[in-house]
Amino acid sequence: MNVLAACKPLTRNEMAARLARDIPEGWFVNLGIGAPLHVADHVPAEREVIFHSENGVLGMGPAPEPDQINRWLINAGKQYVTLRTGGSYMHHADSFALIRGGHLDLCVLGAFQVAENGDIANWSTSDNDSAPAVGGAMDLAAGARQVWVLMEHQTKSGESRLVRRCTYPLTALGVVKRIYTNIAVLDVTEQGFAVREMAPGLNFEVLQKVTDAPLRSPMSHGGPK
Amino acid sequence: MIDKIVPSMVEAMAGIRDGSVVLLGGFGSIGQPNALINGLIEHGAKELTVVSNNAGVGRIGLARLLALGRVRKIICSFPRTADPVVFEELYRAGKIELEIVPQGTLAERLRAASAGIPAFFTATAVGTNLAAGKEQREIAGRTYLLEEALAGDVALIEAWEADRWGNLTYRSSARNFNPVMAAAAKLTVAQAQHIVDLGALDPEKIATPGIYVNRVLHVPYGEPTVT
Repeated sequence: MNVLAACKPLTRNEMAARLARDIPEGWFVNLGIGAPLHVADHVPAEREVIFHSENGVLGMGPAPEPDQINRWLINAGKQYVTLRTGGSYMHHADSFALIRGGHLDLCVLGAFQVAENGDIANWSTSDNDSAPAVGGAMDLAAGARQVWVLMEHQTKSGESRLVRRCTYPLTALGVVKRIYTNIAVLDVTEQGFAVREMAPGLNFEVLQKVTDAPLRSPMSHGGPK
Repeated sequence: MIDKIVPSMVEAMAGIRDGSVVLLGGFGSIGQPNALINGLIEHGAKELTVVSNNAGVGRIGLARLLALGRVRKIICSFPRTADPVVFEELYRAGKIELEIVPQGTLAERLRAASAGIPAFFTATAVGTNLAAGKEQREIAGRTYLLEEALAGDVALIEAWEADRWGNLTYRSSARNFNPVMAAAAKLTVAQAQHIVDLGALDPEKIATPGIYVNRVLHVPYGEPTVT
């Protein structure tokens, strides 16, 4: 039986929009490849958030119109993008110095699992992976001032992605501060996962039922928002 | 008169030996020196160690170099770009060695080599499988890994404009690894879309000064395609 039947999970687009709402003006933000890239579509142009792409683009803008493509300008996902007014280019060592030196306010990553202590596993699903591809994930996870994760709450087969301890190979230790899933927003605290917000129709008991790690109720830290 | 512009691919590749460590610029196909990679294939050097962010796409360029069995080992961050068929086949068959390096650690290892820094500490990859066998040290309460510099015997890079002193500019995000690799190799060969007179490049826009560049080949190929 689907315990989530009564609740209305967010679509991927709604998840990206929900996360985007919490990014304040003036932040420097790197969006990981995959679902996080869509977050940029939901930050209105008048709110000046500066997006960084690991391949040396600071001030990345949205996808170009088909007749306006600059074929030398791509993002980390190797899709065509634009440069906003005020944007700049840099080489790879500078681009990663910016990441590793703690200059980014925020990095948004996808993940396979996040543990209650903030550990993240997002680059490989097995120690026996034939040729795992890490890219910039470990640099971003270890280097950004804050890491937020955008992911489905459960795997396709219904296993919780919020776990006591990650079973997949780790990307970084203890770095995740907040998680946006299709059914909840949670903070990673010294006492584990704390629920900030739940999808419409969802209650705490059901959320706990579909989450492997123990949750702190929204009532214990100021009520639902 | 200094003139680093070479008239042919044969001269661009001259002296590249078997067993070389070859740095290949580019992020995916953008900024990747495909003409020089084809030149390296014609040149015939083998037993190479290739350092590149990705491990080749489809069956052209780096993928073709791999398919011909010229590469003993690849050092990269992301072998799984769309369609890495050749690499995956070789890797599964045990015919190529792979060293996975986080992208920022890869860039910094190259930069360190260019700056005479033999090794450095970084927080990236602490507590992960990629920390295996590496020295760790706690500095001011945080744990770091020791990573060694990575120098090339040869760097093959792509630039936008070049002059006869080897001063280079780049185009948008095609800059990526190219300036870092140019500075980290003993022999740096650049392919450039435009050759301009000495003095024509705005000194404020030269991203790689000619001190890092040994040879320049004019390769006006037009626009890249994303792969």
